[in-house]
Amino acid sequence: MNIGYYPGCALHGSSDDYEESLRACLKTLDVKLQEIDEWICCGATAAHSLNQKLSIALPARNLALAERGGFGEILAPCPMCSMQLIKAQKALAGNEGLRREMSGIVELEVRGTTRVLNLIQVFGQIGLDRLKAALKSPLKSLSAACYYGCLLTRPPDVVEFDDCEQPHSMEAILTALGAKTVDWSYRTECCGGGMTMASEETVLDLSHKILSNAAAHGANCLVVACPMCHVNLDMKQPDIERRYGVRHGMVIYYLSDVVGMALGLPESALGINRHFVGKA
Amino acid sequence: MSRIGVFICWCGENIARTVDVDVVAQEVSKFPGVRCAMNYKYMCSDPGQALVREKIVAEKLDSVVIASCSPHMHLKTFRRAAQLAGLNPYKVEMANIREHCSWVHHDRAKATAKAASLIRLSAEKARLDHELQPIRVPVTRRALVIGGGVAGIQAALDIADAGYEVVMVERNPSIGGKMAGLSETFPTLDCSQCILTPRMVEVGQHPRIKLYSYSEVESVEGYIGNFTITIRQKARYVDISKCTGCGDCWSVCPLKRNKSEFDYGMGVRASIYVPFPQAVPARPVIDAKTCAKIIRNGCGLCEKKCKAGAINFQDTDKLVEEKVGAVVVATGYKLYDIGEKQDKASLAGYGEYGYGKYKDVIDSLQFERLLSASGPTNGVLKRPSDGTEPKNVVFISCVGSRDNAKGLPYCSKICCMYTAKHAMLYKHKVHDGQAHVFYMDIRAGGKGYEEFVRRAIEQDGAKYYRGRVSKITQEDGKLVVRGADTLAGVPITVEADLVVLAAAMRPADGVAELAQKLNVGYDEFGFLLESHPKLRPVETNAAGVFVCGACQAPKDIPESVAQASAAASKVAVTFAADELMREPEIAGINEQTCVACYACLRACPYHAIEQAEVRTPRGVFVKHTARVNPGLCMGCGTCVAVCPSKSADLEGFTEQQIYAMVESLV
Repeated sequence: MNIGYYPGCALHGSSDDYEESLRACLKTLDVKLQEIDEWICCGATAAHSLNQKLSIALPARNLALAERGGFGEILAPCPMCSMQLIKAQKALAGNEGLRREMSGIVELEVRGTTRVLNLIQVFGQIGLDRLKAALKSPLKSLSAACYYGCLLTRPPDVVEFDDCEQPHSMEAILTALGAKTVDWSYRTECCGGGMTMASEETVLDLSHKILSNAAAHGANCLVVACPMCHVNLDMKQPDIERRYGVRHGMVIYYLSDVVGMALGLPESALGINRHFVGKA
Repeated sequence: MSRIGVFICWCGENIARTVDVDVVAQEVSKFPGVRCAMNYKYMCSDPGQALVREKIVAEKLDSVVIASCSPHMHLKTFRRAAQLAGLNPYKVEMANIREHCSWVHHDRAKATAKAASLIRLSAEKARLDHELQPIRVPVTRRALVIGGGVAGIQAALDIADAGYEVVMVERNPSIGGKMAGLSETFPTLDCSQCILTPRMVEVGQHPRIKLYSYSEVESVEGYIGNFTITIRQKARYVDISKCTGCGDCWSVCPLKRNKSEFDYGMGVRASIYVPFPQAVPARPVIDAKTCAKIIRNGCGLCEKKCKAGAINFQDTDKLVEEKVGAVVVATGYKLYDIGEKQDKASLAGYGEYGYGKYKDVIDSLQFERLLSASGPTNGVLKRPSDGTEPKNVVFISCVGSRDNAKGLPYCSKICCMYTAKHAMLYKHKVHDGQAHVFYMDIRAGGKGYEEFVRRAIEQDGAKYYRGRVSKITQEDGKLVVRGADTLAGVPITVEADLVVLAAAMRPADGVAELAQKLNVGYDEFGFLLESHPKLRPVETNAAGVFVCGACQAPKDIPESVAQASAAASKVAVTFAADELMREPEIAGINEQTCVACYACLRACPYHAIEQAEVRTPRGVFVKHTARVNPGLCMGCGTCVAVCPSKSADLEGFTEQQIYAMVESLV
């Protein structure tokens, strides 16, 4: 399986452990990631709240590049990226005038034909049966709290992925790989996201609630599919513990980490050794 | 040569301001066949009509053109006037020079010329008008009422008390509908069952009401005055003519843990059961899906126990026919099914409330059963998960209603009121409890309604927050309800023991199929369409079929009852004469030229065309043909448009007339 790959800024920067993990994991499953040439910002940060045109033009340029590269489908592991790309893709697909305008602005013809996938969807395409067949070391010790965060399933009419309030697709993957999953309350709550710059307190507060709730429901680890969530829950966890005077010690895995482990990859190959919170 | 009289109305200033009526009168008097043309300030007034009558007689007019407002407004008026003067009423034509001319134009000269042209068209048509006679249709003075909820009960009793027979068909084992399951009713808090069950008994005992319970309408044939209804009596496995309702069977039935439909899953029932003690008929039914005898030929205890020998495991569905002259549809509503499983994908949603996931998140009808003295908890408020008394209850209104994203933009109208009632009744049962209500707006229009809501807030201390709930989660047995108070501008978290969702009202299941059988229209949400929202609120576009209650739109008990009585009075009007008069402007088929392709049969929206045979007087087959059923034809003209052999034509609007009208303009 060949698939286009749009890393976005996070996977080439603060969360390159995520890239390392998903590349290693997908390679084992014979999925070749082909990075889109010359990709640019997805427009997620300031663009979409300040300039409507720019908020489409930035992802449109990336979609145009993907089309030029001949990719029918691309993986955008960061939910903010995939949301921006899907939003632009849908707007372009349904509006010829906009396609013409955007093609002019981004100096490349864009048709809005690329399907943008998140990591869970890529595993879905590979299929649970294939995952089970490739299973080397079942995740028996994991009692995982699958954490979707606020963006992976939202806005539902844009991403059209899973049940937006009660999702279950990540649990399905983990269960297939022999892990236990816990039913907990904060699966689609916000971790604070980008507020980590503007209002760290907000992030610490929200992420603390998430960690506490997962622990209260018997989780021994959290599984995420968003680089920003990982930063807030993993890197900030010592700050959270200090601020609230508690000891969480909650390991935060990327989804590709746990799939990789189940496929028999060592933690070092998945970048898990670079996480801030290690095994208790 | 025809003798046409043209009568031009000023409509006060409505027409005369823009159209020079004198000039028009002069112009049209020159048209071929026009004998006289006059104008008058209000042609529809008594003196105006007298002028028309006078001229018909004096000028020996053979047809009349009234140039005034829309025929919808006054065609009947002028037809009556013509008839009084001895002219066949179908020789009256109208030229609409108000809506089609003076109201929509400013240029007086052009409007005047257009008015003359419109009159010319009508004069050409009038010239070719035939004398027509109204169609007489015999009436079976017997009504079918579909649905035995409060609306159907009211309609049936009113019709029966007026002296006509009624056939009532109810899908469930008992009549009573939703109201039979309610606790107390707003705004007076009278006990729902106390006021309804006597009416149910009346239906059951009325000498002129024939009740088919546990039955559905299978098919409908015929037309106003002459419907033939096929009713499917579902296999009940109990012969209700033998059964005495003693209760031996359901007390001996070992399968007592089936979810009770009547309690919306809040309570249980046996596999042979009466849905509730006051059921009418008070006879049990066997649930074939759970009965051990029916599934695997086991058990059979009820049959052994029944002294009356009323149990019949070999029972099957039966089809029976009933002849009626009018139909009242009162099929009511169901609640919006909260969650992901939906009949339409767009309706899916509200996963954030965890309905179906958390046992203590229930809908409003389930809460009614928990409050009801005859409910599964005997009116003691216990929450479903652990049977404890809830000390904090959150009510969320507009779950589904007014939600464009779910495709339900309408207001369900009754939820504000019953939510206030719920908060009140809760406080009456749990004195140290607290009700919290999240609302979008409080809509309390109606006699005593606003006062009722204020009572819930001021006397019974319900806390009202204007805002939505974003998420309900469960922590340590508590439901953590997070929402916003948008008036105070603060987020709110309530730790609740029970959450009640005021789900939207939707038409009952299967209403669309029923509407198709009856040729009644329905809107995008499935509510049945009335003929006119203001002036014909209980009639439908199918003659002789009337609607009442929540199948037409969300409504409360008082409104449903009022509408039911209105529908009953329309039935009584239909039955007032021995024969019905129908407008004769209907289609006819020239059976000589018809090639029996039946394009018309497929195109007819009223199923008024049938396949027929032409035979000689001695009965020798000549050919196949299409034939119009005059009782069903509504005169829409679709068959005329689709007929490839030009064999269909519409009385009062013949092709010849249309061509003459067009030719007169070119």
